[in-house]
Amino acid sequence: MKAAPFEYSRVADIDEACALLATDDGARVIAGGQTLVPMMAMRLARPTRLIDINRIAALSYIRLEDDALAIGATTRQSLVERSALVKETLPLLAHAVPHIGHAATRARGTVGGSIANADPAAELPLIAITLDATFNVRGGGKTSDIAARDFFVGPMVTALPEGAILAAVRFPVWRGDRIGVGFHEVNARRSDFAFVSAAAQVAMKADGTCERIAIGVGAVTDFPMRLDSAEQALQGTALDDDAVRAAVSQALAGIEALEDLHASATYRQRVAIKLATRAIIDAREHAHGRPPHAH
Amino acid sequence: MRIKLDINGTVQEVDTEPRTTLLDCLRDNLNLKGAHAGCEHGVCGACTVLFDGEAVRSCLMFAAQAEGTPIVTIEGVSPGPGELSPIQDAFCETHGMQCGYCTPAMVLVAHALLADNPNPKREDIVDAISGNLCRCTGYAQIIDAIALAAERLRGDNRPAELRS
Amino acid sequence: MSETANHFRFVATERRVREDRRFVAGKGHFVADIDLPDMRHVALITCPHAAARILRIDKSAALALPGVHYVLDGAELASATLPLMTGLDTPNVPRRPLAHEIARYSGEWVAAVVADSRALAEDAAEAVEIDYEPLPFVLDAEQALDAASPLVHEAHGSNVLLDKTFVWGEVEKDFAASAHTLSLRVKWGRSSTVPIETFGVVARWDPWREILDVWASIQMPRYADQIGAALKVPQTSVRVHYDVDVGGSYGVKRGIKHTVLVGYLSRRLGFPVRLIEDRLENMRGGDAHGPERLFDVDLAFDDKGIVRSMKMRALENLGAYAGRSPFQLGKPIGDIVGPYKINSVQYRALAVVTNKTTQDAVRGFGQAPTNVALERGMDEIATMLGIDPIEIRRRNFIRRDEFPYLIPSGTTYDSGDFHTVVDKALAATDYRELKAERDRLRAAGRLAGIGVAACLEPSGGNATFEALLNPSITTSTFMDSCRISIDGMGAVTATMHTTSSGQGHETLVGTVVGEVLQLDPDQIRVTRADSLNSLPSGTPVGSRMAIMLGGAAFHAAEKLKAKLVAIAAHDLGIPLERAIYERGSVHDRDAPQNKRGWADLVQIAYRSFHRMPPDMEPGLSVAHVYPVPTGGKLPTADGRVHMYPCVSFEFHLVLVSIDPDLGVPEIARYQIGHDCGTQINPKIVRGMTMGGVAHGIGAALYEEFAYNDDGQLIAQTFMDYLLPSSHEMPKVNVVDHETPSPFTVLGQKGSGESGYLGAPAAIANAVNDAVRSLGLSINTLPIRAAKLADMIEQAKSPRANNT
Repeated sequence: MKAAPFEYSRVADIDEACALLATDDGARVIAGGQTLVPMMAMRLARPTRLIDINRIAALSYIRLEDDALAIGATTRQSLVERSALVKETLPLLAHAVPHIGHAATRARGTVGGSIANADPAAELPLIAITLDATFNVRGGGKTSDIAARDFFVGPMVTALPEGAILAAVRFPVWRGDRIGVGFHEVNARRSDFAFVSAAAQVAMKADGTCERIAIGVGAVTDFPMRLDSAEQALQGTALDDDAVRAAVSQALAGIEALEDLHASATYRQRVAIKLATRAIIDAREHAHGRPPHAH
Repeated sequence: MRIKLDINGTVQEVDTEPRTTLLDCLRDNLNLKGAHAGCEHGVCGACTVLFDGEAVRSCLMFAAQAEGTPIVTIEGVSPGPGELSPIQDAFCETHGMQCGYCTPAMVLVAHALLADNPNPKREDIVDAISGNLCRCTGYAQIIDAIALAAERLRGDNRPAELRS
Repeated sequence: MSETANHFRFVATERRVREDRRFVAGKGHFVADIDLPDMRHVALITCPHAAARILRIDKSAALALPGVHYVLDGAELASATLPLMTGLDTPNVPRRPLAHEIARYSGEWVAAVVADSRALAEDAAEAVEIDYEPLPFVLDAEQALDAASPLVHEAHGSNVLLDKTFVWGEVEKDFAASAHTLSLRVKWGRSSTVPIETFGVVARWDPWREILDVWASIQMPRYADQIGAALKVPQTSVRVHYDVDVGGSYGVKRGIKHTVLVGYLSRRLGFPVRLIEDRLENMRGGDAHGPERLFDVDLAFDDKGIVRSMKMRALENLGAYAGRSPFQLGKPIGDIVGPYKINSVQYRALAVVTNKTTQDAVRGFGQAPTNVALERGMDEIATMLGIDPIEIRRRNFIRRDEFPYLIPSGTTYDSGDFHTVVDKALAATDYRELKAERDRLRAAGRLAGIGVAACLEPSGGNATFEALLNPSITTSTFMDSCRISIDGMGAVTATMHTTSSGQGHETLVGTVVGEVLQLDPDQIRVTRADSLNSLPSGTPVGSRMAIMLGGAAFHAAEKLKAKLVAIAAHDLGIPLERAIYERGSVHDRDAPQNKRGWADLVQIAYRSFHRMPPDMEPGLSVAHVYPVPTGGKLPTADGRVHMYPCVSFEFHLVLVSIDPDLGVPEIARYQIGHDCGTQINPKIVRGMTMGGVAHGIGAALYEEFAYNDDGQLIAQTFMDYLLPSSHEMPKVNVVDHETPSPFTVLGQKGSGESGYLGAPAAIANAVNDAVRSLGLSINTLPIRAAKLADMIEQAKSPRANNT
């Protein structure tokens, strides 16, 4: 299990990386490498050139930019996990990150790498979809933004333009006193890719009704999905258990779920309803300052 | 390509292909055989080294990428030939291994954990080693070893810089 | 033995394991650590089809690459070597390292590339062009039995390699006389031991000495004969080195095909050749899968749940070829009734070939699946009669005063006290409180269940099942050996004659020799022979080394002690019976001041020969070859045979809790009661139990070499073949009991398998207890979480969904 031969280029800045990418059709960017390297070892990926962006200091940061938390593409997942700023501003992300792989892979794995890899079961794409993150992309000397909803187009397939590199992710920060989050996933072993994952973030009003809600489900479809219809149905309600369940069930009715060795499509669809419901109820309780229910 | 690696406190120059993983480079170029290949796709953890103090899989990194970052392998843990670090000694005390194949990685993970958290709870230890598969022990005596090492290190009265 | 148990100096004390020092320092000596000058590397080309005729192999592009030395195909290898040894006499099912003409499973090795590095060999492997003609194939064992199915080996004429029915006792009469009968079908999914180190081997042919040196990560290194036979060289031209640390095995590391392959390449090419399987080669074509077995069990019992008789049909899916794997249907015969007094048994052992990967031995050698079938059956009886599952077992257990106990299939169990072990386990865990905890979980909406399983661990490795399944085999014992020398300066060295894969054999030998000679075990050097200077060894299989290597070391040390005593008595001029050995010196019982110390005795034996007793060999070197205690018997005409000398006993008690929506079984509590007689090293015994439990949890819940309908292995990496991590391993509480064996030197029994023999059954029973109220019965392992949830959902519907 040895990678096929390739050229190696360590770049100092992102434009150098883009320029290299433009000159070599077979080139690929390597960040943490936690998915790419095993793919290369099995020769399922065989880039002719690896463009190593790990040493671009400017791509590793976690900082507030207006109403968003911006995270540089090569920021290690372990850094996000330990960040007080993330805990404070993006509690949903803080909940999800410890579910990514193991500590040893989070120590190398990057935020941008996981998103650009676009595994349907990965946590970061789910959180990005749920929170309407924006991806900052650099290519051809220009910078542009792509909304998370437009970015994922299939399993391991994204709308990242050819020759472009993901530079940063901007997660909108919700402000308010009654923000709550919930995150659930189920897998065979605790650290495996999820069979189903679900994320929810809510903002509640003082009167106990929901001002704003975002619900995402991962690992069930080709890429993480937002439950738009459920959000619309639930906004303005008190997020009663039954209403939540009904809204989520309706939003997930009739979806075509993925199927594999470990879980059937019916499992994924059914459990997506359960976990999304739990995530919303957790978020509601969290917003009200109450401990999560035992589900 | 020629690269310089900072291994166990010494910078060494090696000539290797870009496709050589850090694991293969350690074993084949530097004769550091304590990192083991188990799956070569990043799941078993037998190839663990400390990369800037953090436990990482050396099969998931190309050697060229490791330039300039301090790396500690199991060979860098023993205080001297035939001598054991307190953590290694604790593994011997509880028999936290059987075949020894995953053991160097487990010891390194324990080093990383205890450097970060000198007073781990059982679940912290379980979580810390969860990325390292052991097929022999069922983990119980490994967990015991790390708990024992933590306890002993907390009682250590040497200056901090001499502890390991 | 029990009255001496308290008098051990070193045995049964919490001593460290001497092997550990090198392992914690990363200084083990594993096969991949061996670097020989001019050594070249092998990568394998594997068949992408479930079955295919190999039409053409074009090596030219590969051979043109720099650093590439050779591409070996199956035709050349088949013409130059003989097929590998098989356990059954099946000449039309030849097994070879590389497929010849037809490849019979996806992943089978078709060609081997030799290059300067493994990476170059992989590059070249991609450049070899092979044309295949896909052939029809069969994957399922029951389908393989169907005469209309494709034949895996055309010349054999059927897919059946083994079909033997044994009847021990009056089965039909007992069934007719029983008030109740019950049938169940149990399926054990294809899993294995999957060590973290793959198999590897280095071979170096020296044409001037005519010796093939072999270093391998092999559990069963007594295979120089098989290597020599396949390569058509004398066994004396093969030297297998036993000082290679093996990175886990638990049965499977028996890479004869790998070794013949690289042995041939090294002879052919004139330089050392190494093959270290990568994980894909290992999982797909390493021939290290384990049992995949379907049981049909009928039990006959009375109103009280006393089981009178059992019929069991075991259908094994061997995969495409067979070495010793069919024998895994034979070993369970040695304890076919488990710890129970079942009067009569009918057992049909049926094994078929299919287009899946070949199996090798797995921990317990076929007994873990059998134990699930038996223990599921006991639980079904309990359910049917409304009796507590522990009570049903108590009623059927052999009682302490009934040992030695002869079971219908011919083995005599040595000793045990099953009731007391269960009592201790229940006391340690508070069974009443455990039930209350289960009920609290149920009240909170969880599916919760308690599972119990008992199991016997036959130990001692007396593999007479070979003769039972293949009458042309007449092997009736399986010896082990130890040589001990005190050198001319008085230092002690003990030599063992096999490899180890984590069992702590060096510690075992040191401890036992130290015990007998009353010397600090740490002062005793323990070494390993190689195959050309070794005494006979049955190698570490069948939970035998504590008994067999321990027994050999014990007797060798006793011989050496006797020699020291004889030398001293002669030199002191006293009769032997007055010479008392104590901590390395010998004194006159009647005049203790008259003594000869260690240095005196060494001086006499090595240099002052004139003071030696007449006719005694000079020097202080002895060897002992130890046959299996109680062994030495072949099967009788009616298919009964005595197998292992000892049985260890383990009782597992598990609480499982399942979120009914998600289906993930979580192990909330785990209690074990364990009896393996005298524990020579309690740390080692504990580790064996824990490791076995983890392995059993894997088999019960996670691990399966799953295939798709095209015959492709879809669990071929560690992403899909799921080994339990520390997250999945519960805290296990073990309470020990000690019933020494009357047949072993220190009262010891085996301990490497019980955890694995009990855990799958206990977990399966716990899950069944959890879902029984839904009318579900789960008899297929592994119990996959999502599948379980699907079944729960189906059983519950049309009830409303709950979160």
